[in-house]
Amino acid sequence: MTDTVYGPVTDWATDFDHGAPEYNANIHQIWDDLKAAGCPIAHTERYGGVWLPLTHDLVKEIAYDPSRFSSLTPVVQQLKPSQARELDPDALGAPIGPVPPISSDPPFHADARRILLPAFSPKQIDPLRKEVEEICNKLIDDMGDADIIDAAVQYTQHIPVLVVAQMVGLPLSDADRFRGWVDMVLGGIGAERTEERLAQFQAMDEYLTKHIEDHIENPRDDLTTYLLNSEIFGEKLSPRHVFGTILLLIIAGIDTTWSGIGSSLWHLASNPVDRRRLVENPEKIPTATEEFLRAYAPVTMARMVTDDMEFHGVQMKKEDRVLLPFPAANRDEKQFANPAVVDIEREENRHAAFGLGIHRCIGSNLARLEMNVAIEVFLKRFPDFELDMSEQVTWSSGQVRGPRNLPFRINVRA
Amino acid sequence: MSYPLLSSYAMRMRVHVDSSKCQGHNRCYALAPELFDVDDLGNAFELNDGVVPAALEDKARLAVANCPEFAITIED
Repeated sequence: MTDTVYGPVTDWATDFDHGAPEYNANIHQIWDDLKAAGCPIAHTERYGGVWLPLTHDLVKEIAYDPSRFSSLTPVVQQLKPSQARELDPDALGAPIGPVPPISSDPPFHADARRILLPAFSPKQIDPLRKEVEEICNKLIDDMGDADIIDAAVQYTQHIPVLVVAQMVGLPLSDADRFRGWVDMVLGGIGAERTEERLAQFQAMDEYLTKHIEDHIENPRDDLTTYLLNSEIFGEKLSPRHVFGTILLLIIAGIDTTWSGIGSSLWHLASNPVDRRRLVENPEKIPTATEEFLRAYAPVTMARMVTDDMEFHGVQMKKEDRVLLPFPAANRDEKQFANPAVVDIEREENRHAAFGLGIHRCIGSNLARLEMNVAIEVFLKRFPDFELDMSEQVTWSSGQVRGPRNLPFRINVRA
Repeated sequence: MSYPLLSSYAMRMRVHVDSSKCQGHNRCYALAPELFDVDDLGNAFELNDGVVPAALEDKARLAVANCPEFAITIED
């Protein structure tokens, strides 16, 4: 077992730490410095060895090559997959992985994904607009007439949780608990394997197992029952599979959209010209949302190297992990004109915020709907707001990047 | 002898979604629903054999330029 590397980063090209808070806080500077130094693929011995490619071409090539780059570990944590399996021999291995289908490889992946796709197609998702509008308006109603609000704590973090909980059939009153899991799984990737952390995972396991057992006894009209009734290769999905997929929907559906909405509002609070443009022309919000997705793409995924090999001049080893920083691909000047400029009217925008290739984010239609509606409602109710400079904006740590505190001063309410 | 209708048809721009590349991002369907539709799984396909009315040519180009997977092509 490799010794775990902890402590401050000395050199971002050879010793980066994607779980360190200063990574997300300075992410654009770090990438720009690495690229300026002629480093298209950074490396670290932390987490048992991880690579960080920074160009659109490299990210795309890896995303399109599941045979050399497995999806078994979409989140890079301290334990390598083989070490994790020693600790939990029951965990689903390749090609299914612990949280199918995001952790699955071909050919299993396509079948596991096909089960979920219809529930997330645009024609199923678009009718949810009214519900999302109601959620957003209610959250703003609850703020009362305070001049200073925290838009992350009081607004962005709640929207995706409520939508996902409803889809999966989980009680909305447990929303705080789900957010806690998200922090634990995604925010704590650099954390040591303490008793406390293990106990938290245990509690999550028990909660979800109970949720699934309850749905087996009392079927309902929701995604959990739908999954329990679904078949793959002529057999019902295993309870482990259903468990993993529900966990995936909760974890992947909450933090990501919360971050996407948060970064968008942060931009609008910091850029009054853009804010005014969208207040006056709300029909421009969908185009602006695509630019926020490009410029502030929240999600970096990861792959695992399946065998020792040379890749663009570097020697990768079996079980090394490779981060797929879609937000870095979105700032590649070969692909985007003036990538560092946030242009809310950018028309040509083939950004990779939702990934590339077979693992395209299955919730992308839902995420876009939530982002568009959340921005629209916020601007309608608060046509003028700005950052409250006496308080700090804090960013998440880990592979999902977004503001966790958004202190805003509300200047005008409508 | 000329066939004005036929020749104008032949001159029309056409779009095509490569279904082996489409991953269901739905950008084309969102930007140009007159030209593209999606199936139950969210995968896109072109409408009307891909024929693009003159007034929608800009929309067709926009759809091409926004496909993350480079799955849409234009044939003039």
